[in-house]
Amino acid sequence: MSLQVIMFMILGVGAIVTALGTITRRNPVASAMNLVAHFFMLSGLYLTLQAQFVAVVQVLVYAGAIMVLVVFVIMLLNVGKEEAHHESFTIRKVLGLVFAGAIVVQMLAIYLGSSPSAMSQLSSKSLTLGATESIGTVLFNQYLFPFEVISLLLLSALIGAVILAKRKVD
Amino acid sequence: MNLQSVPIEWYLSLSAVLFTIGVIGVVTRRNAIIIFMSIELMLNAVNLTFVSFAQFLGDSAGQMFVFFVMAVAAAEAAVGLAIVLALFRNKQTVYVDQVNVMKW
Amino acid sequence: MNDFILAAPLVAMSFLSVICIVVDALSPKPGKIPFMFAGFSLLGALLLTIPTFWYHGTAFQNMITVGGYSAFFDVLFLIGGLLTLFAGRPYIAREHFDHDEFYSLIMFSVAGMMVIGHSNNLLISFIGIEIMSVSFYVLSGYLRKSIRSIESALKYFLLGSFATGFLVFGIALLYGATGTLEFPAMHAAVVADKLNFPNLLTVGIALVLIGLSFKAAAFPFHQWAPDVYEGAPTVVTAFMSTAGKAASLSALIPVIAAVVPQTNWKVGMVLAVISAATMLVGNISAVVQSNIKRMLAYSSVAHAGYLMMGFVANNPNGMTGVLFYSAAYLFMQIGAFVIVSLIEKENDGNLQLADYAGLSKRNPVLAALMALFMFSLAGIPPMAGFFGKYYLFIAAVEAGYTWLTIVAVISSMISVYFYIGLVVTMYFKDSTDTTEQDSKPGLAGVTLAISCAFVIILGLFPQLIEKLAHSFFM
Repeated sequence: MSLQVIMFMILGVGAIVTALGTITRRNPVASAMNLVAHFFMLSGLYLTLQAQFVAVVQVLVYAGAIMVLVVFVIMLLNVGKEEAHHESFTIRKVLGLVFAGAIVVQMLAIYLGSSPSAMSQLSSKSLTLGATESIGTVLFNQYLFPFEVISLLLLSALIGAVILAKRKVD
Repeated sequence: MNLQSVPIEWYLSLSAVLFTIGVIGVVTRRNAIIIFMSIELMLNAVNLTFVSFAQFLGDSAGQMFVFFVMAVAAAEAAVGLAIVLALFRNKQTVYVDQVNVMKW
Repeated sequence: MNDFILAAPLVAMSFLSVICIVVDALSPKPGKIPFMFAGFSLLGALLLTIPTFWYHGTAFQNMITVGGYSAFFDVLFLIGGLLTLFAGRPYIAREHFDHDEFYSLIMFSVAGMMVIGHSNNLLISFIGIEIMSVSFYVLSGYLRKSIRSIESALKYFLLGSFATGFLVFGIALLYGATGTLEFPAMHAAVVADKLNFPNLLTVGIALVLIGLSFKAAAFPFHQWAPDVYEGAPTVVTAFMSTAGKAASLSALIPVIAAVVPQTNWKVGMVLAVISAATMLVGNISAVVQSNIKRMLAYSSVAHAGYLMMGFVANNPNGMTGVLFYSAAYLFMQIGAFVIVSLIEKENDGNLQLADYAGLSKRNPVLAALMALFMFSLAGIPPMAGFFGKYYLFIAAVEAGYTWLTIVAVISSMISVYFYIGLVVTMYFKDSTDTTEQDSKPGLAGVTLAISCAFVIILGLFPQLIEKLAHSFFM
């Protein structure tokens, strides 16, 4: 086993374990901490894929910004442990689980059942692709329009958050 | 050059599994904040798919998409948590099954 | 610079919606100025769309398309925004929530819809859908003191972002299968059969369909619609259930054109089943409702089913039908919801079907308009709704889906029962309470007049739009 395979195994298992931790913990803070760990695992996986810039931004944006907001709200609302409740398995939940199972089986069948694909190796361009320089070049040339338009989204989210959460609007 | 020896199928399978874990979280949990975190899990699984396709295809579009997904996730976080706050002010709860003026 | 002129309506709308916030902040007290600004911006953008009808092409490094059906949808969304604006001002004043951010949020969502209509790249579609959705999440929770409004915002947000997850996953798989996000290149890859994993394309399309049918409230992901539409402010519901639905489905137009060749009967069959189930479930559930907002919500689910018939047909006539029916549906449904918002009392009073008894005596004009919109929604000639259905049905038969048309006709008949039932209640039942006063329409009267005019004009001269729409898909 080469070093890359070992790295992938460690990070992949770590990602799955922390993801499971996120959805199973009763205490929301524990969930949030698992999610932060999950983001670090994913960031490591991006590094094994030679996507350095994405890896850094992943930690900065998700672990640094979004999760801080989530933990802040959890603390603000003082949400305690979810009391154990008699698990009511509604038809909707069962359907949802069946559906989720169907997705994963289907996807695994496609990926693992197929004959070796053309993409057995990282593309030779991948080293430069993930670097900050090439990302900046592409983002501010070809992707300038979406880059500008996404600001509308951020602005409307900002205004929306203020309207909904402000204590008293006058 | 040090090229990858882990096949792309492994990355894709991993991200499919992570996506499904997120879906299960959304379906089974009742705390709105944890449901929101499960949705973040789903979006991150998608990001992993995008990055692995981009790196194996040698195409920049996939990596670009990841940045936009992150921006969307940030916007949704702001609005979603504001909605949870407003809900808490009105009902003192964050559990979706206790919010049923109309039937859920 | 040339690109800016070509995409003038979209660019203008984006800029003006940002400036609108500044105007809100600078103008003293909740007042006329931001409202006027928003109104004139929408009108101005509407004027700017006129020259783009004669141009077909792309702009901004092939990111967006200009002209053709995107110009048509621009006009539709801008008019929808204007109608909502006029109806919204008296409504939020009556609910004592007249903050000017309402106008900016409406403008943001219109800009988002226009982005969807212009998309030439899955990334742009995704961004447009998100701009629209985030604005809608906020707008549906706009009356934040009301638990119903907040509850509907929470449901809409959680289920909507859940759907976003499926949508992006689908987009990721389409990207992996074809190696590109641009629609023309995708089409080329599909036609040349240069796909990276077998079957990945099919799963990708399925997931994109799941995501979009969530947003458009189509079966089996429609359950959120009645709750959200009932709890949201009525004027916002009018906007979400018409322009929002049209925008979500317009995102499908380039996707279907790019990745589903006309010979692919599998996807056609799946769409046909979804479409049939959507109309039946929507109409049958609407029959048993006693709350008028819920009834109209289920009926809007059914209308998503009719609209999807155009995609099932997947031929020029089908797409023409989608465009025509989107326009007809926008006017009739906004009209009906605005009347509901006028009759509604504070704190969700007067929303039962029984409250409409004797409306013809109390307020003959509103009753007549409501009857007009109901006839159109039921598809009775010579209203706009009839011709919309007619084009869609013809297209489906042409494409060999006769059974789907039969289902559609049956479900239309079911829908006649509750649409006409409301008219009967208004005209032939006496009100128990004669002291009630309905609020004065005020500016909402403008909305009603415009919708009513379009419902009649589209009904009398359907070929005007039909010819135009057909020319986009030749």
